[in-house]
Amino acid sequence: MSTVEKPARVLPASPTQPTSGADVVVQTLVNHGVDTVFAYPGGASMPLHQALTRFRDKIRVVLPRHEQGGGFAAQGYARSTGKVGVCMATSGPGATNLVTSIADAKLDSVPMLAITGQVGTSVIGCDAFQETPIVEVCRSVTKHHYLVTDPNDLARVVREAFHIAGTGRPGPVLIDLPKNVQMAQVVPNYDDPMDLPGYNAVTPMAGKDEIATIARLIAESRRPLIYAGGGIVSANASRELLELVEKTGIPVTTTLMGIGGFPGTHPLALHMLGMHGSVYANLAVSEADLLLAFGVRFDDRVTGKVSEFAKHGKIVHIDIDASEINKIKGADFAAVSDLKYALSELNKVVKASADLAPWVEKINGWKKADPFKYRDDAESILPQQAIHELWRLTKDRDTIIATGVGQHQMWSAQFYLFDKPRTWLSSAGLGTMGFGLPAAVGAKVAHPDKLVVDIDGDGSLLMNIQEFATCFCEKIPVKVLLLNNQHLGMVVQWEDRFHDANRAHTYLGPIDNPEAIGKGKGIGPADRYPDFVAVAKGFGWTARHVIDKSELTDAIQEMIDSPGPYLLDVAVPYQEHVLPMIPSGATVRELIRE
Amino acid sequence: MRHVVSALVHNVPGVLSHISGMLASRGYNIDSLAVGETEDAKLSRMTFVVVGDDAVLEQVRKQLEKIVTVVRVDDVSGSEHVERDLMLIRVKAPLGKRSEICELTGIFRGRIVDVSADMVMIEISGQEGKIESFIELMRPFGIIELVRTGRIAMIRGNHHATAD
Repeated sequence: MSTVEKPARVLPASPTQPTSGADVVVQTLVNHGVDTVFAYPGGASMPLHQALTRFRDKIRVVLPRHEQGGGFAAQGYARSTGKVGVCMATSGPGATNLVTSIADAKLDSVPMLAITGQVGTSVIGCDAFQETPIVEVCRSVTKHHYLVTDPNDLARVVREAFHIAGTGRPGPVLIDLPKNVQMAQVVPNYDDPMDLPGYNAVTPMAGKDEIATIARLIAESRRPLIYAGGGIVSANASRELLELVEKTGIPVTTTLMGIGGFPGTHPLALHMLGMHGSVYANLAVSEADLLLAFGVRFDDRVTGKVSEFAKHGKIVHIDIDASEINKIKGADFAAVSDLKYALSELNKVVKASADLAPWVEKINGWKKADPFKYRDDAESILPQQAIHELWRLTKDRDTIIATGVGQHQMWSAQFYLFDKPRTWLSSAGLGTMGFGLPAAVGAKVAHPDKLVVDIDGDGSLLMNIQEFATCFCEKIPVKVLLLNNQHLGMVVQWEDRFHDANRAHTYLGPIDNPEAIGKGKGIGPADRYPDFVAVAKGFGWTARHVIDKSELTDAIQEMIDSPGPYLLDVAVPYQEHVLPMIPSGATVRELIRE
Repeated sequence: MRHVVSALVHNVPGVLSHISGMLASRGYNIDSLAVGETEDAKLSRMTFVVVGDDAVLEQVRKQLEKIVTVVRVDDVSGSEHVERDLMLIRVKAPLGKRSEICELTGIFRGRIVDVSADMVMIEISGQEGKIESFIELMRPFGIIELVRTGRIAMIRGNHHATAD
């Protein structure tokens, strides 16, 4: 986007009657096309909530049951639509409860607007009741932040916030609003020009020469590979990426954030790379002679040992954020550009590389030898199988998947094949447990006609389980596929691999169970804690527990078909490890297969 | 390597905190930092001395440019430039030592700005090295108090006459 879109105006441009600061804020939200706000009220944000009731026909207010849930719901809305997600909280604890979701949005470049109430300007700095300097707290975890002290600035500040959150590399913007500023009477000017001398109004676009150089490098390469990240999704460039692949025959691996940016069922899809990526993607990176890094940041979970990553190939890096170029890994050629533009320009001039058949054949050999796999002779339901079955039963319908963080997240990335962007919602950079359920809430509100499933773990689900109430009371029928292994599975896996299987606070049941110190003989039905089915039912959900393999398909189908919110609690063994695995800081040569 | 970086910033509350917080959280070492208004009341100038190799400098620069309130960043030390530091220093100056202190102050083109019975306050500006040597010269007299601004710097014009 090179220009700011003029928001659709609902009210006259320049009212002459004074109105409250809170009304100005809400009107500006309406002007920006906001249709949903995830907001938890409190003393310092009451005027905003009062104003929101005056715009009931334009903005739906979803009441989460914890501010963090509201923040992640706004993210689910933003990640699944590409629009700026809006959340709101009161001052003090309300605001600090938002911080994790703000930090999460920063690391994953999610456009989000967080609005917080603040104590009145006359008592700011006096340690007033429910006062925290939230702008100070959030400086380093926002793209930008405002403390508004003059109500005449409100319309402009909210406009600027949308502009900053949604353009360039997207990110969260915080606006802190003292209560007296919300209550002040002002005559707003919704056309006040933005005052952002330090913010690039123009989206960077790759030059013709840069595009030509990249096309030449592609033409010269024999073993090219595309390493595509969240930038492809943010830039809405997945169609351009697909076109490039169809033109050149270059295989594609995606990061965790890039999932959905390239169809997972495409023959040239090498799926995820990195620590729990596919063997074939990691081998391809290490043998490629040209790595086309599009919208990525060379995260440590991707590179392992940086000096060994893509050691044998030239690296071409395209990103909209100049500071990502050469931050971790030096690029042989780099362009700072909007990816949609760069790829569409590249598609105009690119020619297929020399014969890639031997390279693709080699990769297909790796694919055949080392696919993502799990045992099918297990007595119990394996988590991988449950995810794979969910994929089989939902792949032909519009489905959005959210996840928590840990093993189930990695297995979802491996065994659910995503063909469309913005259908995979996962906390990648910050890795926040508890993300899945509220993110699913936000996605379902934005996409009422799509099936939205949170694939979650028992540890993660418990971190924001209060959002069960939001789903029930706000009529948001999300589904939860709970892979319940009674442990913090990913930490258990690391304990098994690197700490002689010594259990250190990774069992989630009562401490007098021998499993707590790793001396148990398995977890029987009577040992399971908490009773998630009862918990869900208590919140008004439909819920079912499955332990028997033969019931799995039927149970998943029942979950999909049920009209309301539905929890499927699947008992899975905690002994399963996410494989393959490249240990932290290691290389593909140290890859663990079993 | 030592770099002098100059950032033109939007003069809004919190900008100093934002920038110093970013530098600290990303682990960059700042030797000196000076802030002041510019000819445009809407803009302030921040001058940093950063120690690190070229890759560090490149990252510092890009991370600074990313901050919404930062308008422009220049690597001053990459061009011909003038650098200055300002110091106020109070030294013991009993009768009998005073003329020697006066003489040294004159040599360094400093000024005596305050005199009391047994001490003087001297104002001196110049490059870091000059300030450092003046401090060493004053040390034997007894330094009571010393205050320094951070480094400020400006790139020279294209056709300059050196008057340094």
